[in-house]
Amino acid sequence: MEKRVVFRSAWLPYVLVAPQIVITILFFFWPAVQAVWFSFQLQDAFGLKTQFVGLQNFTALFKDGNYLESFKVTALFSVLVAFSGLAVSLLFATMADRVVRGALAYKTLLIWPYAVAPAIAGVLWAFLFAPSIGIVTYVLKGMGVDWNWIIKGDQAMLLVVIASVWKQISYNFLFFFAGLQSIPKSLIEAAAIDGAGPLRRFWTIVFPLLSPTTFFLLVVNIVYAFFDTFGVIDATTQGGPGQATNILVYKVYHDGVKAADLGGSSAQSVILMVIVIALTVVQFRFVERRVQY
Amino acid sequence: MKIKNLAIAWLTFGLLSANAHAQTEIQWWHSMGGALGEALNGLANKFNAGQKDYKIVPTFKGSYPESMTAAIAAFRAGNAPHLLQVFEVGTATMMAAKGAIVPVAKVMGDAKEPFEPKAYLPTVTGYYSDLKGNMLSFPFNSSTVMFYINKDAFKKAGLDPNKAPRTWKELIAAAEKLKASGQQCTYTTSWPSWMHIENFSAWHNVPIGTRQNGMGGFDAQFSINSPLHVRHIAMLGDMSKKGLFTYAGRTNQGDAKFSSGECAMFSGSAGAQAGIKKAASFDWSINFIPYHDDVKGAPQNSIIGGASIWIMGGKKPEEYKGVAKFMAFLSQPEIQMEWHTSTGYVPITRASYDLTRKSGFYDKNPGADMPVRQLTNKAPTENSKGLRFGNFVQGRTVIEEELEAVFAGKKDAKTALDEAVKRGNEILRQFEAANK
Amino acid sequence: MVENRPWLNFLAHAVLIAGVLAVAFPLYVTFVASTLSFKEIMQVPMPLLPGSHLVENYSQVLSGGTTTGSKAAVSHMLVNSLVMALAIPLGKITISIIASFAIVYFRFPLRMFFFWMIFVTLMLPVEVRIIPTLQVITDLKMNNTYAGLTIPLIASATATFLFRQFFMTVPDELAEAARVDGAGPMRFFWDVLMPLSKTTMAALFVIQFIYGWNQYLWPLLVATDESMYTTVIGIKRMIVGSDAANEWNLIMATAILAMLPPALVVVLMQKWFVKGLVETEK
Repeated sequence: MEKRVVFRSAWLPYVLVAPQIVITILFFFWPAVQAVWFSFQLQDAFGLKTQFVGLQNFTALFKDGNYLESFKVTALFSVLVAFSGLAVSLLFATMADRVVRGALAYKTLLIWPYAVAPAIAGVLWAFLFAPSIGIVTYVLKGMGVDWNWIIKGDQAMLLVVIASVWKQISYNFLFFFAGLQSIPKSLIEAAAIDGAGPLRRFWTIVFPLLSPTTFFLLVVNIVYAFFDTFGVIDATTQGGPGQATNILVYKVYHDGVKAADLGGSSAQSVILMVIVIALTVVQFRFVERRVQY
Repeated sequence: MKIKNLAIAWLTFGLLSANAHAQTEIQWWHSMGGALGEALNGLANKFNAGQKDYKIVPTFKGSYPESMTAAIAAFRAGNAPHLLQVFEVGTATMMAAKGAIVPVAKVMGDAKEPFEPKAYLPTVTGYYSDLKGNMLSFPFNSSTVMFYINKDAFKKAGLDPNKAPRTWKELIAAAEKLKASGQQCTYTTSWPSWMHIENFSAWHNVPIGTRQNGMGGFDAQFSINSPLHVRHIAMLGDMSKKGLFTYAGRTNQGDAKFSSGECAMFSGSAGAQAGIKKAASFDWSINFIPYHDDVKGAPQNSIIGGASIWIMGGKKPEEYKGVAKFMAFLSQPEIQMEWHTSTGYVPITRASYDLTRKSGFYDKNPGADMPVRQLTNKAPTENSKGLRFGNFVQGRTVIEEELEAVFAGKKDAKTALDEAVKRGNEILRQFEAANK
Repeated sequence: MVENRPWLNFLAHAVLIAGVLAVAFPLYVTFVASTLSFKEIMQVPMPLLPGSHLVENYSQVLSGGTTTGSKAAVSHMLVNSLVMALAIPLGKITISIIASFAIVYFRFPLRMFFFWMIFVTLMLPVEVRIIPTLQVITDLKMNNTYAGLTIPLIASATATFLFRQFFMTVPDELAEAARVDGAGPMRFFWDVLMPLSKTTMAALFVIQFIYGWNQYLWPLLVATDESMYTTVIGIKRMIVGSDAANEWNLIMATAILAMLPPALVVVLMQKWFVKGLVETEK
């Protein structure tokens, strides 16, 4: 797809793309190259002494049981966030698609959490679930649940998942809602005439037709869980207790910034980049396919 | 780009106006928030008012790790401050950065300002000196870990409120009684690694690591998986299972659990007193930390926490003169006493301790001298004069992660501490390699 | 509707009302907490009806932060947040629209190379290159400046794609006519393309406003100076780094202040917001 009509100028187009290209080189490519370069180095905290150590940072990472554990934690976290987020949003969207009156009001009341920063979402939920003063903790304790996510890994995981999902519901909801509204009503009516109940219609007609949206949201949610939830983790569990919520991005930050291990942190960055590239390729191929629908 | 030009213009203006007054500015980055920050600013103002040549400019840079990170970044960019307050955990990292710092002894010597390392408490000097006894950084705010009890809760449980548990056995017995009286949380702690590994080792005169707890060289190894360590951590794990110990988190979250009355016994920084005084609506006391009475020689002495002031390298001689003047100012017993009594940090020189005692402060504030008495309980040994491990910010995280696994009942104490030693040693080897 | 089943409609409303309440619950508790005194909030359980300290708490944080943690004034943080939330969308829209204009309406050597260069940035989220990017900022001495806070975040492949896609749908006749009239490319850009792009720009602006306002990791690293804190960072600073208990009433008041502007933008500019969201992600 190209324009037939174009302008001609020897210099203008370069001037026009220059700002973006300069920023891209300065803040994307140069750091990315540096990350790769740093990942082969061993440096002290102040950058006074630097040694080239080859692949040592990488081999150290893969020998480190905790780094592998962090992969597992990240996988579990993203699956939980993506699936529970999608399930809840799909439920809300289906219901909102059904109601005639008040749909807009519901929509408005469901989308505002999008405006909340992940870090603040973390603070809000950490406060509700605070081990000593949290209001939800109080209710849970009344029901006999021993709630203390400071030490219980699975509870900490639950907390960060709830905070992350809460923040993402609005996004998923909007896409599902738009997807549902674009399904021709005639299809559903035909099925209804054939005697299919609402539940069966949902599973045999609506859900399959929504599958492109669902798949797209799945990828988006996994990317979200991988990267954007940094704020949630940092404001609540900071990766603990133990390693229970230490997702890959948080580990990069902790090792690089707090522990001043530039080489190890950069090696992790490089591995993450490879993962993002893979995810982007999946996303991109899907976008291409979606164009053909 | 406009902003940058503006900044340059502003900077030039700032330099010019500084020249006009012929006053040398000395930047001091610190991590003292709230009331502590006010006390610190008070010191700087006093110094600035007392002479005309130098001006100390204190800047709050967030928590300890944050201000250290900021200073490292600034150093790499070539605009580090003159003075930087670094917590004890970062000592080894600073010490290894030979090109980035200047030993305080050298700065004082060059400026011919009086400086006597022997004036400091031995636990303090030991912490911040190299093996030859050269003081590398200037001790500023030192604390140690203390044991607090809620006297009202003790009374309610039928315990003698004036007899705080002295040993772990007594503590467990008290905890059981407190529990029976309906106390939900009987014991908690802030800074778990500092209390239950670092100070625990010193208090029982066992090493945290080889090579004099790392002070002898970068090739040290952790030794926190000794039978005594394992026994102690296993005991805590057991207490946690029985509901006699409530874990609060890796930093000072335990403070609030105690001051709110939720937990009846608590170990935390001596610096927590100020907060407890303000918030607690019950009668409490500050005590020595408990020990295991069957360990020979225990209790030894506890080790310090808190921070010291490091002098960054690459500045002008004139500026170092001002730094030396400021350090000399801070060394005065009167100033030290002011800092000690207004903040709750321990007096770090003999002279200031004596001065404070003579002033009658301890009679009016019973317990206020407990921290310094605990620090000087006995003459420090190789195991109790402090610790110096490379990249201990990361090392501590590792220890805390493993402790959490024990308290959560996921690992037994032996496995966890073995793992902590293994992972900790990897960090030490990495640091050793990076600082060859 | 397909059929009228009263119980199903009832169920739908019930689920939605439950959902709305569940989603709003944290917000409600936050608001209540921001109106209580420190003593009230430390009670277990805390009161669930608003208290009488609203004015006191809000004026405290706006003028002087918390009393035990960070003392930086939230009013100044709100200004910083606003600068980020405005500079990022404006910068992003500006550089993206001219870049896509060049890529769509000109033929020049390296055109596709530039295009792919921008595209690849999709694969480098800030989280994976934080340390080296921070190093670049430090090398350029852009720590604790608005430039350092915003410029690294304004390069964006999505915005460039969005404009490219949109320009593709602009009829060729318009450009043809402009050329016949002897108008130069920039004239065409200002007089024809810009007015046509208004809705796209508005939609992008809303999304990017929220993106800029809610930035966390980047300002956490770049803004180490209190005077450069954004509101989100300020909250984090109020929670750690003090020997006293967190003043949750003040923290929650700050949280409300931090949420209000972007939430208003989402709710009041819902149409642009939804359009921006759905289109940028395509």
